[in-house]
Amino acid sequence: MTVGYEPWDKARGAEIIAEHAGLEGATLVILHALQEAFGYVPEPAIPMVAEALNLSRAEVHGVFTFYHDFRKAPAGRHVLKLCRAEACQAAGGDRLAARAEAKLGVALGNTTADERVTLEPIYCLGLCATAPSAMLDGRVVGRLDEARIDALVAEAQR
Amino acid sequence: MTMRIYVPRDAAAVAVGADDVALAFAQAASARGAAIEIVRNGSRGLCWLEPMVELSTAQGRIAFGPVTTSDVPALLDAMAGNGQHALRLGVTDEIPWLKRQTRLTFVRCGVVDPRSVDDYRAHGGYKGLERALTLTSDQILADVTTSGLRGRGGAGFPTGIKWKTVAQANADRKYIVCNADEGDSGTFADRMIMEGDPFVVIEGMTIAGITVGATKGYIYIRSEYPHAVEAMNAAIVAARSAGLLGKWIGGSAHEFDLEVRVGAGAYVCGEETSLLESLEGRRGIVRAKPPLPAHKGLFGRPSVINNVLSFAAIPFILDNGAKAYADFGMGRSRGTMPIQLAGNIKYGGLFETAFGVTLGELVDEIGGGTITGREVRAVQVGGPLGAYFPRALFDTPFDYEAFAARDGLIGHGGIVVFDDTVDMVKQARFAMEFCAVESCGKCTPCRIGSTRGVETINKIINGERVAENLAVVEDLCNTMKFGSLCALGGFTPYPVMSALKHFREDFGGDLGPAPATLQAAE
Repeated sequence: MTVGYEPWDKARGAEIIAEHAGLEGATLVILHALQEAFGYVPEPAIPMVAEALNLSRAEVHGVFTFYHDFRKAPAGRHVLKLCRAEACQAAGGDRLAARAEAKLGVALGNTTADERVTLEPIYCLGLCATAPSAMLDGRVVGRLDEARIDALVAEAQR
Repeated sequence: MTMRIYVPRDAAAVAVGADDVALAFAQAASARGAAIEIVRNGSRGLCWLEPMVELSTAQGRIAFGPVTTSDVPALLDAMAGNGQHALRLGVTDEIPWLKRQTRLTFVRCGVVDPRSVDDYRAHGGYKGLERALTLTSDQILADVTTSGLRGRGGAGFPTGIKWKTVAQANADRKYIVCNADEGDSGTFADRMIMEGDPFVVIEGMTIAGITVGATKGYIYIRSEYPHAVEAMNAAIVAARSAGLLGKWIGGSAHEFDLEVRVGAGAYVCGEETSLLESLEGRRGIVRAKPPLPAHKGLFGRPSVINNVLSFAAIPFILDNGAKAYADFGMGRSRGTMPIQLAGNIKYGGLFETAFGVTLGELVDEIGGGTITGREVRAVQVGGPLGAYFPRALFDTPFDYEAFAARDGLIGHGGIVVFDDTVDMVKQARFAMEFCAVESCGKCTPCRIGSTRGVETINKIINGERVAENLAVVEDLCNTMKFGSLCALGGFTPYPVMSALKHFREDFGGDLGPAPATLQAAE
């Protein structure tokens, strides 16, 4: 999921924006599409979105910064999201999150120095009866224990 | 003879290896030249048995689980032979955990192929819409109202009244909006039904559209649910090709079409007005009510906004009649509730049953207690904004009013079980932290109150002037409850105050009596 992003290109950005600009309330759709293509929402794209939708730059910037999903810089090569919500807490998620942090040497919300892994908290994957859960590059994993979290971390580091 | 084998595609099954199991079946079958057909169904909701594989036989479907890839070769032999295997669970419909349920909304989930309109129809799908097309708007409204269906998202507002308000509004356009921003931890029923029986959601929304005179609907799904997004999109395409979305629905003069929109990780967008803002392409800032969305909703037009489960209950009501639905339940909570058993629980999953079952039955009998084998100490009902219940309150029946009377809420029907290692001060702090992170920032009690709440609980954890700081937390909770615009700030006090009231010993020191109750609302 984090591999194979295109480098930022203004013409390509404009093409993506134009593809969705006709939709009702298109801002989130466009920001998602940009991030899907480039791995983040490049700053030069913000005024382009604003112009296409007849909004102010401030409005688009406001939307971009409101939502947790949108990135202002590329993530690491792999993104490991650990569910930190109550059901996973009840099933021992706190301990496993601490273990992943220690193994990777970064706190949740950060990327390792070698830019291989971004470790993030997520608040509920809806896998609450097979908790604790995680998502590695879009692939869901449940019933985590120490061995499984170690394997996930090792896979992310490859 | 071709063997038909069901391997779930539900995210919870995939998370524990269902995709690998499906692949292993295909490989094992081709290696021995066996003819098999693999159907990727939804989940039956017995999550501790996932991946639960089923074999279609003359005696009905036989279940096996939990299956790992290494079980597959022997399992395939057993399926081709006498069917005996250590993982055999018997006829699926006879499994006691499933048999004990009353599945009205989830009747097809895990049974049908969620990509097939034909399979949906073969299992009674679209009968509700067929009947609706023969009725007037008023007749449909009468059915929905008489069924007693209340909003399954958590607020419990009568669905019939909401629809009627939109039906009576005059406007050039109206909208149907499905709230699939299921952010509450411990809940996954929306995800399961969208992945396992997406056409029931489409059918429910279509009926809403023809009832109120809306031609366009949106399903707002959270980005944490990529499998549900994929399933709904595929189902919409299939329904369109079958003439069940678009113009001339089912050969009638009605027009209705749907579009999926994906959220972007903001919990507050599960609040209906914030969701509408987000759909319109803005920050998910809560709107003040009135005006109600039924009068001025999406793009300022009258809009029906309901939870996934509310729409999914509609086809049954239209097909079987309002009375058939209302016959289940207790008091003013009619019909069934898809309850989700989660967290540290032995038999977790989806349990749909009539209102009235007690919390103790759900946790101890049906859920089997904790998976760690330790004592159940606390149970959070209704997501991050729901109260923590101690064992002393396990006699509470699952009913909107009964939970409210005990300073709790049933919310979206999620139950998260904690064992005796839980630290309730930490859980109280987490509730405040979550509110602080997810607050949209519009109203002060929620935005500032939650941050002050975290700081004050930290002082309590550090043993600083505990009794005085507890008084501050209680005061903050009352301010948030009465002064917040929406349920995020307004309900965060539930987990905090319930922890304080029922688990006071965790807060340290001699604290005197517990607060009598959270002051009554309104």
